[in-house]
Amino acid sequence: MEPDRDTSLAATVDAPVGWRSRIPARNMLRWETGLGIVVLAIGVLGVSTSSEFLTGTNIFNLGLQSGEIAIMALPMTLIIISGEIDLSVASIMGMASAVLGYLFAKGWPMPAIFVVVLLVGVAAGAINGLLITRVGLPSLAVTIGTLGLYRGVANIILGPNTISNFPTAYTNLGVNGVLGTNLSFSAAIFIVLAVIFGVVLHFTPVGRSIYAMGASPEAATFAGIRVKRIKTLLYITSGVICSLAGVLLTFRLSTAVNTNGLGLELDVVAVVLLGGVSIFGGKGTIVGVVLGVLAFAGISNALLLTNFNQEAASIPVGILLLISVFVPNMAQLTRRLRDAVTRRRHAAPPAPAMGSGHD
Amino acid sequence: MDPEDPGRGADGRDRGRPGQGTTPDATPTDAAQPTPTPPDLPPDAAQPTPRPPDLPTDAARPEAAPPSPAPAPEAAGPAGNGDQDRADGAPGTAVPLLSLRGAAKSFGAVHAIVDASIDLYGGEVHALVGENGAGKSTLVKILAGVHRPDSGQLLVNGTPTVLHGPAAAQDAGIAVIYQEPTLFPDLTAAENIFMGRQPLRRGRRIDARRMRAQARALFERLGVRLDPGRICRGLSIADQQIIEIAKALSLEARIIVMDEPTAALSAAEVARLFDVAATLRASGAAVLFISHRLEEVFEICQRVTVMRDGRQVLSRKLAGLTADDLVRAMVGRQLDDRAADGHHTPGDVVLRVERLTREGVFTDVSFDVRAGEIVAFAGLVGSGRSEVARAIFGIDHYDAGSVTVRGRPLRGSSPTGAMAAGVGFVPEDRRQQGLVMDMSVQQNMALASLGRLRRAGIISSKSERNFAADWALRLRIKFGRLTDPVSQLSGGNQQKVVLAKWLGRQPSLLIVDEPTRGIDIATKAEVHRLLSQLAGNGVAILMISSELPEVLRVGDRILVMREGRLVAEYPHSEASEETIMSAATGQLQGQAR
Amino acid sequence: MSTTLAPPREPPEAPADLSSRRLTERVFRVRETGIIAVLGLFVLITAVIQPRFVSSSNIQFILVDTSVYALVALGETMVIISRNVDLSVQSVLALSAYLSAGLFGHVHGIPIPVVFLVGFGIGVAFGAANGLMVSLGRVPSLVVTLATLYIIQGIDILIVGGNEVVASSLPSGFTAIPNVTVLGIPWLAIAVAAVIGIGAYYLRTFRSGRELYAIGSNPEGAQLAGIPVARRVFTAFTLCGGIAGVGGVLWAAQYQTINTSAGGNNFSLIVIASVVVGGVAIFGGSGSPVGAAIGALLLGTINVALDVLGISSFWDQAIAGFLLLVAITLDRLISLRLAAALRKRSAHDGT
Repeated sequence: MEPDRDTSLAATVDAPVGWRSRIPARNMLRWETGLGIVVLAIGVLGVSTSSEFLTGTNIFNLGLQSGEIAIMALPMTLIIISGEIDLSVASIMGMASAVLGYLFAKGWPMPAIFVVVLLVGVAAGAINGLLITRVGLPSLAVTIGTLGLYRGVANIILGPNTISNFPTAYTNLGVNGVLGTNLSFSAAIFIVLAVIFGVVLHFTPVGRSIYAMGASPEAATFAGIRVKRIKTLLYITSGVICSLAGVLLTFRLSTAVNTNGLGLELDVVAVVLLGGVSIFGGKGTIVGVVLGVLAFAGISNALLLTNFNQEAASIPVGILLLISVFVPNMAQLTRRLRDAVTRRRHAAPPAPAMGSGHD
Repeated sequence: MDPEDPGRGADGRDRGRPGQGTTPDATPTDAAQPTPTPPDLPPDAAQPTPRPPDLPTDAARPEAAPPSPAPAPEAAGPAGNGDQDRADGAPGTAVPLLSLRGAAKSFGAVHAIVDASIDLYGGEVHALVGENGAGKSTLVKILAGVHRPDSGQLLVNGTPTVLHGPAAAQDAGIAVIYQEPTLFPDLTAAENIFMGRQPLRRGRRIDARRMRAQARALFERLGVRLDPGRICRGLSIADQQIIEIAKALSLEARIIVMDEPTAALSAAEVARLFDVAATLRASGAAVLFISHRLEEVFEICQRVTVMRDGRQVLSRKLAGLTADDLVRAMVGRQLDDRAADGHHTPGDVVLRVERLTREGVFTDVSFDVRAGEIVAFAGLVGSGRSEVARAIFGIDHYDAGSVTVRGRPLRGSSPTGAMAAGVGFVPEDRRQQGLVMDMSVQQNMALASLGRLRRAGIISSKSERNFAADWALRLRIKFGRLTDPVSQLSGGNQQKVVLAKWLGRQPSLLIVDEPTRGIDIATKAEVHRLLSQLAGNGVAILMISSELPEVLRVGDRILVMREGRLVAEYPHSEASEETIMSAATGQLQGQAR
Repeated sequence: MSTTLAPPREPPEAPADLSSRRLTERVFRVRETGIIAVLGLFVLITAVIQPRFVSSSNIQFILVDTSVYALVALGETMVIISRNVDLSVQSVLALSAYLSAGLFGHVHGIPIPVVFLVGFGIGVAFGAANGLMVSLGRVPSLVVTLATLYIIQGIDILIVGGNEVVASSLPSGFTAIPNVTVLGIPWLAIAVAAVIGIGAYYLRTFRSGRELYAIGSNPEGAQLAGIPVARRVFTAFTLCGGIAGVGGVLWAAQYQTINTSAGGNNFSLIVIASVVVGGVAIFGGSGSPVGAAIGALLLGTINVALDVLGISSFWDQAIAGFLLLVAITLDRLISLRLAAALRKRSAHDGT
């Protein structure tokens, strides 16, 4: 057998075993490590600027504030890895909240309301999924549309009304933690869901299929992966989870109003991208997203404690987001800058330009 | 080929003898014979021959009537530097239009090119051949200005030149036509040709009318009919290539590189392309023609360069060489390219297709494939073979008819059903359809068998690795580590990974679409041997191929499709290139099933 | 290899090609006229039900209200045509609105055109930053502009704090801008329409404009064709930012009270929705700012129409979202039909 020029190493069948073969490219691991350091740094910063940072109540608040965003980030991660996006998440949240408030005001029993809200989430996700997989529309455009549509439905259902007389048994999740600890309900739910999603994404055939369809949709289809079915299920899952988040938000605020969750979709996307998930699909880990959640939550919380304008937390978040896309490209970027500089230094090409004059 | 006179093709054209090429100083070739008209041109002989400007207009030549420009044999001017070569084929004293000397290029640890040299003379079609991984595409990219060589020298018209990028290459008069043309699908043909150089009127505004007229003139010069105002989305690859060539002409390119242009073309389109190449040659341009198909090389080229392992091993006039010579130079040894013989005795029917129809794509296709036999699907590109295969596998739908695998009908809504029935499908496009380029070798091999490699819902990494290692060994796949991205492998090894993916499922029916496209000769032979082995083990194989030698070598039964219908069937003993090609182009009646 | 050719066929005088070209052209023209037709139909139906709808004051209101969106849509269109997206227009507009309008209070007697220039300058600065990162860094614009959306929003919050610019600090010449009419048509709308017209003409008739389409249609091909992709993309983002900056000044002239909520919560997404409804492909390569402006007009008209029809304004978001979905669905179905028709034709040509 003649030597194969394209692989410089001799053929060995030997390969590292186990988890390493599962984890995507090495620079991904680099991002998670870097992010982990950033999270630690935020923690240190937080502690140094405010003595309250690591107290039990603060951890509780931390989990509470970002709980809904964190929970919604999990299905969003899978959707983005599969090569799509879902910008309607906050609107589904709002719609769920509106349905909750409306039915409650009508006197429906809570369990029944939960079922309906769940179904609303399923329907919303199914509509997204079907438009994207069956009609073949680009998910960015579709979910911008459903963002408006579902928010509009929330508007229609609730109108200008505000429902706030929810039973304390439920609204207590905004006050107490699980079993009296400092772990808020939403944080606890997030942890459980993160484990589930993590296992599914990284260790099951479905998860591998999601990576495949994000990296190469055609090849995935040709390998027998049911791309349309999985994507639709991902959107339905997202719908259900966002409904859940909507319920949690409503109880936390003790209020159902049509503006619940307004504008949160970009926060959810930001958290996922922060976690190192590539917007192009096919790359990313749950661990990264969890770290992204911690970074995001940590920053806003730290700012809150220092009485800094908390809303300005978007600045460090934005900066981190930029770093998340630039760092993996660092090597290429410096090379390209170098090329651009050397190209400028050289004279015009020897042959006279043949009318390819660019202005 | 006419058995009476091997130098004359069935179409009356003198194609010279294999190894002779068609040199201008030989008997007048295309110009003296009525050049067969490509189907999209009027047969009207009275049209004036559009001639490239630097040729003596010879409108009085009645035989050269068809608008397809024919190279005048006296157009020795800048053309035909071949005559100045010495008898042994070494280059003469003329200055080549382009010269690459001692180029080297590495990408990290991979040495793509070690010592490449090539001289392109005007008025010649120069073939560049070599196995996959020999460095041809890197060389092309250097000429295109995409890569800069680490060392070596590039001379354009004798002047040392450094190409800083594609624009510089364009300015230097180099144009590259890639296998997959990169047009702008949302823009018109004219815009595609003139992008960045659109003719202007007052105030630097684009003169759309003049642009369209110029585009039309270019198309006429090439002898093709294309509407310059047509948006390029949906154009066939052949048409896209023509637009690229028109663009090259408009750039007054003197050096035109064609990188495996015929891979996706039908015979008629290939003929049209060769006419265009002849026109270019007659105008004094240098054409670099890269191809795996040696028969094409001998048809239109005058000079050949062979690369092997990143260096040039041979570069001389084609005259006097045989295909075996070239193969030996490419591979470094004599290849026994006869596939494992023994055409097998087929067993039970595995696949039965009855009256399969898809509106506008294929009609009434019926055939069987038995266990242990290799059925080859021949036909021109676009005859519907891949579509039939995809319909069988469930990727595309069909409107009528039935597909039965081992007695059980396949509903054809998705590949899952076909896979469950034991069907495997190696698709045409390795990089987009066969492999997930971002994933590792191991992951790609396991992609179709994930269900089998799991335990309690979790993929077992040990099973996955053993599975991949096992198949890598069996198919002798070359790679660094199983966890390397599959994109690092050569084309041949990538194809083996795709095969491993499906063979790992122990299919009872394996459909392979163009199994050796873009693969070097040695791996080609391996794949053929493998298919033969599989058949010997009882697998039913349906092979689609546009390479007639492959069809004849490997197929037990050969079915020919034409324009969506099954028109002929030949057992291996009765098949020949002529009969298949005749059936594929519709010249033969009465043998349809 | 035997290359027997099929017997030469009568060429259909290239009508196949010509008619397929006519077909594609027809379809594309339909897209632009289609949305005009929808708008017309909508206005017609509403006017029939409630003639009050087409009162001059309503029309003026719609035109003025839509102007800012249509103008920002011009910049966004250029970016989207090149297969990018700019999410940060929202916060650029907000910051520009506050800073430029605030100038009136700080620099007494500052001429209005200067304020516009300042707004433009602020937008250009941020747009250029976006452009640099996207073009040189070759990083996805969705992520970059999401990040700058956040960062600029944060800057805005820091600078504005709890303050706001109040109407009383603005000179009457400035606040009158939205109200000036020429023959009943708001001058503002005419000016914006003129700018959009210039932009559309530029994209159609100048090389650099066509190159933007090429970049969106086939980014790698554009690179290979020697198009200065980085420069064009940089310019597109810079202009988009600058236009958003001007939009901020116009917003200030219209709403006069500027705090951190200027522009509204979903401004960027509304603009992108207008662009898509207006026939610009979300993946670039085709479409026109005129279509985008009509898209913005359509969405703006819905608001007012609902109000006039007595339908609660809470319906307008739902309808806008629904319209976007309908628009892209129709686009998709039409292009599928077109592809099938073209395939059938080329199949008949025997290629």
